[in-house]
Amino acid sequence: MNLRRLFSIVLKELRQLRRDRLTFAMIVGIPTMQLLLFGYAINLDIRQLPAAVLDQAQTAHAREVVAALAQTGVMDFRYRLKTPQELDDLIRAGKISAALVIPPDFERRLAGQNSDTQPWPRPPLQIVVDGSDQVVQQAAAQLALLPLQKLLDPAVATPTKNVEIVNFYNPARLAPVNTVPGLIGVILTMTMVLFTAMAIVRERERGNLEFLIATPVSPFELTLGKVLPFVGIGLLQVTVVLLLGVAIFHVPIRGSLLDVYGAALAFIVASLSLGVFISTLAKTQFQSMQLAFFTFLPQILLSGFMFPYAGMPRPAQWLAEIFPMTHFIRLIRGIMLRGAHLAELWPELAALAIFCVVTLTIAVLRTRKRLD
Amino acid sequence: MSAVIAERNGNAIVARGLTKKFGELVAVDHVDLTVARAQVYGFLGPNGSGKSTTIRMLCGLLLPTSGDISVLDCTIPRDAEVLKRRIGYMTQKFSLYDDLTVYENLDFVAAVHEFSRGDARKRIEELLETYWLTQQRDQLAGTMSGGQKQRLALAAAVLHKPELLLLDEPTSAVDPQSRREFWDSLFALADAGTTILVSTHYMDEAERCHRLAILDHGRLVADGSPRELCAALPGQALLVECDVPRRAQQALEGDATIVSMAQIGAHLRVLVRDGGDARVTIAAKLRQQGIDARIEPVEANLEDVFVVATQKPKREAVT
Repeated sequence: MNLRRLFSIVLKELRQLRRDRLTFAMIVGIPTMQLLLFGYAINLDIRQLPAAVLDQAQTAHAREVVAALAQTGVMDFRYRLKTPQELDDLIRAGKISAALVIPPDFERRLAGQNSDTQPWPRPPLQIVVDGSDQVVQQAAAQLALLPLQKLLDPAVATPTKNVEIVNFYNPARLAPVNTVPGLIGVILTMTMVLFTAMAIVRERERGNLEFLIATPVSPFELTLGKVLPFVGIGLLQVTVVLLLGVAIFHVPIRGSLLDVYGAALAFIVASLSLGVFISTLAKTQFQSMQLAFFTFLPQILLSGFMFPYAGMPRPAQWLAEIFPMTHFIRLIRGIMLRGAHLAELWPELAALAIFCVVTLTIAVLRTRKRLD
Repeated sequence: MSAVIAERNGNAIVARGLTKKFGELVAVDHVDLTVARAQVYGFLGPNGSGKSTTIRMLCGLLLPTSGDISVLDCTIPRDAEVLKRRIGYMTQKFSLYDDLTVYENLDFVAAVHEFSRGDARKRIEELLETYWLTQQRDQLAGTMSGGQKQRLALAAAVLHKPELLLLDEPTSAVDPQSRREFWDSLFALADAGTTILVSTHYMDEAERCHRLAILDHGRLVADGSPRELCAALPGQALLVECDVPRRAQQALEGDATIVSMAQIGAHLRVLVRDGGDARVTIAAKLRQQGIDARIEPVEANLEDVFVVATQKPKREAVT
């Protein structure tokens, strides 16, 4: 290990990177684009759902209910329907995602809700939803909780809830608050693994390696020198996401900033290890790209970034425990949203460390300073 | 191994029984080599004859399947890492960085060889001068011509003043003028004491080497100085002059005494085996076809040696 040599490899990588305009643009472009896409597009808080009204009661109360529901902004009543058949057609054609149905006996059902005469009162309103979209279902479920009586008559007391949900850390239920920290993980996984794997394989594919292995340079120096610039690039990307996340989406950073970078650094090293490992398997840059994407998708799906970890079947959970991103998502959400200290989350750090050691050991064992 | 050590005798390269198999394919088959110091030693052979594989084994880039190698008194592959500081290797394909400038490439190579900053700068200026690259100093290597790339690759290979330079078909993508200049550079290096092992498939280049090995199908089929090889050629080269060399060639096709024929301009060059008066039989054969030809014996050249050597892969080395 020779520091001058190591430094010259880093310098060479940076010089090459500076001339590779596309990659250079991707370093800042990918985080910015993803942040805006995910920040604005992934919003489970539904507004203006295309909807229709089938008002079979045609009473003053019914019209009031429709107006009140329209007021909530959840549904946008674009169609007034006459028959249930029309409703079927519109939903099937995908023109609406939900429909409010007011039955002909609306007034009677409404009255029945308050009386004790009927032990099992039938609900006065029906919302038909397009079940092919899970998120729409959830939105409709929320509408079902709407206090209808209070809607019609503000004087009525709000019915007491049996269970009250206290929302720690994200009381306004803002989606970006949940997605942006995890997004750091997504972006780092995408760029770090891919860039390293490709950078190392490129040397082999272009024939540079044949020259290099005939010189005193060691594979360790070469790999480390190629990977080091990406640590800096990774931290730069973290900074871009944090700045935009705070400025545009007002994502809180409740823990210490140092802990955030500490967790990011651990995850960057783990991702780079994975990239180095992939580079020992792939013969061409194209292969390394495919392999990188092969590891990318399960990480995104199983890490808890998109779907809750608790809801996954056991084997999927075991698999998720292997992925560095699962641990990083827990770390970063813990630090940024819950204000946790890095030290409290040591099991996740330990998992990342084990991942690095295992992948790098395999990679080193597979590397020979020879052509065969 | 003791055999190789005994034969070192100040030779730069000694290899005995060098063999490399890739699965079923025998790429190099029991090759014995001895290369004296400060020589330009040529490897001549058709594509796929095992030239590159042999060179790679000599630098320690490939493990031999069997055989003993001693390079600059290092036992290979055991001492390969030590050897790497003392040899320069120029690959067949340009293997420096296309997206770095000439200076940046050399700067990187200098750092790899642990040159201090000051030493690196001095040495690079020297090399830019020697290899006419001063003008291209800040040009990206990828945008240079084949000849310029070749000079850059040579500059990089000799940057650390290696005792032994191994060149794998260095001139395959270069125009004749650049080839000549390149070889002048090689002789300058050899005069300064560098041993050079260079593979080629150009006859004119092979002719310029101090010594030459001809490889065919992984076997060493001839070994000696170009002059020795020509002198030892069993057979006779004839020059057939006539008005219709193509027809003459067709007429002589299939004659058992003829090793090879090649039309050179208006002449037909015929290589015949020893024994019998080939001149008379060929003249008679041509007359039968109504071709009037003048036949002159000429001195054998390296191409004749190459043709004979590679036609009979099982034959023993010429010298």
